[in-house]
Amino acid sequence: MSSVKDWALPNPVSENRSGLIGKTVDRYEGRLKVTGTAPYAYEVEPPSAPAYGQAVSATIARGRIVSIDTSAAEASPGVKLVWTSRNVPAQAARGERANPRSQRGSNPTMASDAVEFYGQTLAFVAADTLENARAAAALVAVTYETQPATVDFMASLDQAEMPPGEEDTEIGDFGAGFAASPVKLDETYFSPIANHTQMEPCATTAWWDGDKVTVHTSIQMVKGGQHALAETLAIASDKVHLITRYIGGGFGGKGQSYDDLTLAALAARELNQPVKVAYTRQQMFQATIHRPAVQMRVRLGAEPDGRLNAFSIEAITHCARNVPFTEHAANFSRSLYAAPNRLTGHRLVRMDLPGAGPMRAPGEATGMLSLECAMDELAEKLGIDPVELRIRNEPTVDPETGKPFSVRQLVSCMREGAQRFGWERRNPTPGQVREGRWLVGMGMAAGIRGNFLLPAKAGIRITADGTVTLLQGMTDIGTGTYTILAQITAETLGVPLDQVRVELGDSDMPPAPGSGGQFGAATAGSAAFETGMVMRRTLADLAINDPNSPLFGADPTLVTFANGNIALENQSESLASLVARAQPDGVYVEGSISPAADARDWSQHTYGAQFAEVAVDVVTGEVRLRRMFGVFAAGRILNAKTAKSQITGGMIWGIGTALTETNPVDPRYGSFLNQDMAGYLVPSHADIVNVDSIFLDETDDKANPLGIKGVGELGICGTGAAIANAIYNACGVRLRDYPMTPDKVLEGLIAKGL
Amino acid sequence: MHTNLTVNGQAVALDHDTRTTLLDALRESLDLKGTKKGCDHGQCGACTVLVNGVRINACLSLVAMHQDDDVVTIEGLASGDVLHPMQQAFLTQDALQCGYCTPGQICSAVAMLREAAEGQPSQATEDLTARISLTDAEIRERMSGNICRCSAYPQILAAIRSVAGDAA
Ligand code: FES
Ligand code: FES
Repeated sequence: MSSVKDWALPNPVSENRSGLIGKTVDRYEGRLKVTGTAPYAYEVEPPSAPAYGQAVSATIARGRIVSIDTSAAEASPGVKLVWTSRNVPAQAARGERANPRSQRGSNPTMASDAVEFYGQTLAFVAADTLENARAAAALVAVTYETQPATVDFMASLDQAEMPPGEEDTEIGDFGAGFAASPVKLDETYFSPIANHTQMEPCATTAWWDGDKVTVHTSIQMVKGGQHALAETLAIASDKVHLITRYIGGGFGGKGQSYDDLTLAALAARELNQPVKVAYTRQQMFQATIHRPAVQMRVRLGAEPDGRLNAFSIEAITHCARNVPFTEHAANFSRSLYAAPNRLTGHRLVRMDLPGAGPMRAPGEATGMLSLECAMDELAEKLGIDPVELRIRNEPTVDPETGKPFSVRQLVSCMREGAQRFGWERRNPTPGQVREGRWLVGMGMAAGIRGNFLLPAKAGIRITADGTVTLLQGMTDIGTGTYTILAQITAETLGVPLDQVRVELGDSDMPPAPGSGGQFGAATAGSAAFETGMVMRRTLADLAINDPNSPLFGADPTLVTFANGNIALENQSESLASLVARAQPDGVYVEGSISPAADARDWSQHTYGAQFAEVAVDVVTGEVRLRRMFGVFAAGRILNAKTAKSQITGGMIWGIGTALTETNPVDPRYGSFLNQDMAGYLVPSHADIVNVDSIFLDETDDKANPLGIKGVGELGICGTGAAIANAIYNACGVRLRDYPMTPDKVLEGLIAKGL
Repeated sequence: MHTNLTVNGQAVALDHDTRTTLLDALRESLDLKGTKKGCDHGQCGACTVLVNGVRINACLSLVAMHQDDDVVTIEGLASGDVLHPMQQAFLTQDALQCGYCTPGQICSAVAMLREAAEGQPSQATEDLTARISLTDAEIRERMSGNICRCSAYPQILAAIRSVAGDAA
C-alpha cells in the first residue's frame, strides 16, 4: 500500500511542465452541449424503434392496494403492456445480493401490494408512442385501503431515535462546561425538505441482445446502477451493460437508480423491443430521494473573550420507514472549532415519505445553516466581530481526533474574503443602513467540507496515430470531469491536450466510484494519473528495448515525456512513431489508485468563507441579494474555469437554500406541496446578482498524488447562514427557520415595529 | 393528423397524433434531440425554440398549431462547423455545466437580444419610451424563464454580454 510520502514526491502533475494543470481549458464536451448533440439517456438512438413506458404513481402515503383496474388502459390505443404488482415479471426481493460483491442490492418495482410512500410506482404502461403511453397510464384506476401514516415531521419529533450504530460523540463534559460558561447561547434552527431538481429527469433507454441488456441511463454511479439492475433481474452483472455518458445534473439525487431503469429493462425484455422510460417532473419530486428536514439545537458556551468552552449540535432528521439514511448535520462541526467540551449527535424519525438521501454536501449543507448562524448570534452577544470570533476558536489540531490538519486555510479564507468584500464597512449594529424602503446588511459564514479518496481504476490506450484515450467507468454530471481528466492525462504523458480523448460512463470500462461526495475529481483524477505513470513506464520499456528507437538501450529512469515525444537528452521520437513501429495495434494499460495507508492520520477538509450583502424591503419583507463573495481553499485547482463554475454553482445553491427552497408535506396525503418547478423555487437568473469567488493557492500532498481536493460541494457550505446573518444585520430580524421567505421576514419586521 | 412546417430551413411534413407537442415532435419524430424536456409544463425553459423568430416553450405548444411555421432549434443555429456566436460565447465563458438547460438558454438568448433590439420592454425596463439599454438587470430579467439548476447564471450573463456588447 502506498503512503502519503510517495504522494509528496515531485511528479508530472506537480511539475506541470506544459502548464495544463490549472489552465482555463474550455469544457471538453462543451461543443456537443452547446450544439445540442450530446445524447442524454432518453436521446440515445436504439437499434430499432422503441416503445415508450410510463409509470403510474401512488397517491397515498401508506396503505395497501385493494384493486387496480387496468382494463381501460389495456384497451387504450397502442398499448403493449400494462403491469401492476399482480403481473410484473419476477424480480429478486428488495435488498437481495446474489453476488456478495455487488455494490447495490436488488431494487424491485411493484414488488407487493403495500404502498410505502406517495409517488411509489404502482403500475406501468408501455405503448407505441409517448402520447398513447401517457393517456393509458392516466386510465389506470387504483383502489386503496389507507393506513395511518407518519408524514408530519414537526409533529413526530417525539418518535426520534438514535440511528443504529451512530452513538453521540462527547468529548470532555459538555453539561458541566456549558453550565459553567459565562456567556451562553441555546437556539434551535430548522432546515426544510429540499429537492435536487436536476434539469434532466431520470430516464433510461434499454434493449436486449440475447441474454444481455444494454441500458443508457442517467446515473452518477456506473457500477452501482449496473449491480442494482443485475441483482433486481437476478442476472450476472456482466449481462448488464450500463452506459451514462451525459447526465443532466445529479447533485446526489442520481447516486442510485430508480424504477425507470428496472422498468425499461424489464419491458424491453418482455416486448423484445427497445423501451424508453422517463420520469415526469412530478415523479422527480415524489419518486426520487430528497434532502430531509433537520431540526438542530445548537448550544454554545463561551468565555467573555469569545473562546468556546462548550459546544453542541443535536440534530433531529427523518428518513423513509424502510430506507435508512441519516442527514449528518452535526458531523462537520467536529472538525470546525476548538472547544474542550463537545457533544454532537443525530436522532432519526422514520416516516412514510419518499426516501431521504444525499443532496449536494449532505450534512454540511444543512448543519452549517445552524452553527454558522449561532456563531453570528454569539458574536453579537459578546460584542466581537464574527470573523474575529471564528479566528479565536481556530483549532491547531483536529479538535476531536487530535490529528494534525493536512492543510487548513480557513483563517486565510476569512481574512482574504473580509478584505476583498469590504467587511470593515459593515456596521455591527443591525438596521442602520437604509436606502429608501430597503435596509441593507452584511453577513458572513465559514465553510468546511470533508475530502475523500476512494479506490478507482482507469485505462489508457495509445493508438498508432498517437491518439491517447483515457477510458474510465466514471461519470461527468456537469462537474467538468471529462475536462480535468483530459488535462491530467495530457500533462502526465506530456502530450498536447488535443491529442487526448476521454471516454467515460460505461460499465465495460475500468471502474471508478462515480460522482458524489466531492470525491470525484480526486478519485478519478488520481486513477488517471497513476495509469498515465504506468503508460510512461510501458512506453519507456518499449523504446529502450526497440533497436529501431533512438532511445534503444537507454536508462528508463532518465526518459522524459514532453510535446508528444518520448526523449532522452537530445534523442527523441514521437509517441505516435514509437507505437506505430513497436506496437502497431496500440498500447493499452490500466492503473489504479487506492487510499494511502496513512492518509487518515491527517484531518482532511476543504474550507471556505462566504460573505453576503442583502437588502430587505421593509414594506414587503422581500430579501434581495446584492452581492456575494466566497474565498475557498480546496487543494490544487485543475481547471480554473470549470472549478469556478462549480464553486459558484454551489454558492447559488446556498442562495436558494437561504431564500426560496422548501417543500412542505401535505399532511393529508403525504405528498410534497411543490411537485413542479413553478412551485419549488430554485434560483433563477433575476435572483442572482454579482456572485463571485476565488480560490487560494494550495496543494494538499496528504490528499492524493495530485494534491487536489473536491470543489463540488464546498460552495454551498455556510452560504445560507451568511445570508441569514446578512438579513439580521440589515434589519435586526433573526430568523432560524429556513428559507427566509418574505412572510417570515415581514412578521419579524412587524414584531420589531418596523 | 398532418402538419407542414419548416424546421431549421428544411420543409417537414409530419403525420402526427393530435396530442403531440412541438417538443415531442422534434425529439421523437424529427430526431432533433437538442431541444430538452425538463418539466413538460412550461416552467423551466429547457425546451425553448424559435418559432418565426420568437422564442417559445415547445412543450406548451402542440405541433398541430404550427402549420407553415418556421421553427429553428439549437441544431439550426450553427453554420456547418462554425458555431453561432452565442454558442461560441457559452463555450468560451463556460456558461454551462451539465448542459441540459444549455440549448434552451442559447435559443432564448438569441431571441431575447432580438426582442430587446426591437424595443420590447421587460419588467426591468425603467423607461418604456426610451430605446432599451440592455443592462445586466435587463438580461437577467429577460432570461429568467430559463432555469439552470447547475447555476451557471453568472457565466451565462457573461456569455450574453460578450455577444450583445456593452449596455448602450
Ligand atoms: S420542458 Fe418546456 S418549459 Fe420545461
Ligand atoms: S447547465 Fe445544468 S442545468 Fe444549466
